[in-house]
Amino acid sequence: MAGPATDAMPALLAFVARVRRAGVPASPDRVQACAAALDALGPAQLYWAGRLTLCGCADDVARYDEAYRAWSDGVAPRGPARPGGKPRRIAVPFGLDGEEGTADGDRTTPLAARASGQEMLRHRDLAELSTVERDEVRRLLALLRPAAPRRPARRYRAAPDGRVDPRGSLVALRRTMGEPVRLAYRRRRDRPRRLILLVDVSGSMAPYADALLRLGHAAVLTAPAAAEVFTFGTRLTRVTRALRHRDPDVALAAAGAVVPDWHGGTRLGTALGTFIRRYGHPGLARRAIVVVCSDGWERGDPAELAAAMARLRRLAHRVLWVTPHRDRPGFEPTAAGLAAVLPYLDALVAGHSLDALSELLREVGRNA
Amino acid sequence: MRVGGTGSDRGGSAMVFVLAVPGSAGHSGAVSLTESPAALATALARAGYLADDGLTTAGFLARRLGRPLFLEGEAGVGKTSFASALAATDGVELIRLQCYEGLDVAQALYDWDFPRQILHLRTLEATGVTDAGVLEDGLYDRRFLLARPLLRALESAPCVLLIDEVDRADDEFEAYLLELLADWAVTIPEVGRVVARTPPTTVITSNRTREVHDALKRRCLYHWVDHPDLEREAAILRLRLPEATERLTAQVAAVAVRLREMDLVKPPGVAESIDWAQALHVLGADRLTPELAEVTLGAALKVREDLDRVSPRLPALVAEG
Repeated sequence: MAGPATDAMPALLAFVARVRRAGVPASPDRVQACAAALDALGPAQLYWAGRLTLCGCADDVARYDEAYRAWSDGVAPRGPARPGGKPRRIAVPFGLDGEEGTADGDRTTPLAARASGQEMLRHRDLAELSTVERDEVRRLLALLRPAAPRRPARRYRAAPDGRVDPRGSLVALRRTMGEPVRLAYRRRRDRPRRLILLVDVSGSMAPYADALLRLGHAAVLTAPAAAEVFTFGTRLTRVTRALRHRDPDVALAAAGAVVPDWHGGTRLGTALGTFIRRYGHPGLARRAIVVVCSDGWERGDPAELAAAMARLRRLAHRVLWVTPHRDRPGFEPTAAGLAAVLPYLDALVAGHSLDALSELLREVGRNA
Repeated sequence: MRVGGTGSDRGGSAMVFVLAVPGSAGHSGAVSLTESPAALATALARAGYLADDGLTTAGFLARRLGRPLFLEGEAGVGKTSFASALAATDGVELIRLQCYEGLDVAQALYDWDFPRQILHLRTLEATGVTDAGVLEDGLYDRRFLLARPLLRALESAPCVLLIDEVDRADDEFEAYLLELLADWAVTIPEVGRVVARTPPTTVITSNRTREVHDALKRRCLYHWVDHPDLEREAAILRLRLPEATERLTAQVAAVAVRLREMDLVKPPGVAESIDWAQALHVLGADRLTPELAEVTLGAALKVREDLDRVSPRLPALVAEG
């Protein structure tokens, strides 16, 4: 394909660089398409040539618009939107043995300490962990394999214990030149149910959000096509794409870069309403298992939240709510939000410790 | 069935297009009608579709660059009808593949007609043919191949191929599409390779119930279709319902635009506002009143919560419109 005049190329590349800095991941083949589009449309149509070829989803369009506006206004580029380079990683000794003092003591002690250390860790509240313990918990979280139960799908597979498969039998007939020698049998395939995690990242959930997002990362890795993760605080963000990277730290850093409202306030009702309008109602929540992770501190109107949950209940297959406070002594669902949503839940699960999160996974995987 | 041998079953229309596009084999659809985005906009308007600059440019580029056009947007903004309008501007066939869960090659690409094959075998047997080679050759003849939408699009290009709601299909299906959209060819083991003479103009739509894989999107032009602004919506209603009064269509457009600002569960799309205006027109209304709006609101809003929210505000909405 003939490119545009060679002198236009540097300008285009500078523009693309700007668009990339704004957060649109424009791959080289997209840039090539952009050059071809520009060639077909003429330089005056840079906006559409770029938007149609460089963007890949609706979120990209907003970022592209911003970059284009800055470009056409001639504003000097700002610094990189996200810190570059690899995320900082801390080397963590296996188990808790790094913390367990010297090696010159009794040889059996460190092992026992490690086992009991891990056992204790399973029940420790995630908010009260030391740095070393937190890293150990992260390592254990990465080993989890959250999986939703399976549901019957549309397609069939061959199964000797199934029912007669008319098509398959005809195919067999053809193989034997029309002699009905063998009947074929079939049974429905099954597929994993979609698992949707909505994680509250507001200030009050700060100690737990990291662990819950790691759980989300494990879910996305386990079933890439059947898991979705959103964060919400004052606004709703879809972080599934960011969480696709294999390495949990890289994935979490990528998610951190796209979430604009870490540690802010919560408007639960509004956030859930937005989720239902933009994703749930159009089809994402249908037949899915929806897990809302929040302490239920609602600053807005509890009635709005209750209406949203009632709607979600009707859309989804099961709705679970994870609160870090359920197993605290004297817990009552009195937080205005939590009291309002209680009638619409299939289960209220604790989420304060590693053990509680494994319990959550058992609840998610339950065939109900 | 082989390359270029597709005119026979589809007769005249394919011939006409071979004549209309002389020597353009291999070059992606340089049809004279659409030499610039503006020309395409005019042609689309003649076909009853008022597209804004973005969509027109996207349609123009899709043809010029031979790339599929990936359209996302809320339900009812006119993604599907854009494809039929594109087909109408060229006077070519619109081939539609509606995606759904479990869609597989047998339903999207091709399938063998088993019952007819068996019948054929029996007939040959009855006439005393016993040569296995002859039997087998006859079995995989083109006439026993059922062309499903994708194969049909390859064979009858130039045409417009609409792959509707691709997000409903399984992600495995996207892999088939990748192969097809990359070389506009498929390989059928028993028959051979089928190549399109010219890439069909392809429109893929998605409602975003699932994030479609980047590998597929990368091969496409991406356009987010927004709801039209007030002026365009009024123009669309006038174009689609020339018999309704201008006052009625303008009012319906205005109220529809207001409804979309109300954060409803399912805001009305253009399709709904056309339905609504039509309902009002059928009732003999020449303008919108709160009472008429109340009884016909079900044409625009289909969720009970939305109806409950909008009903009390209708008089104000209509008055402002």
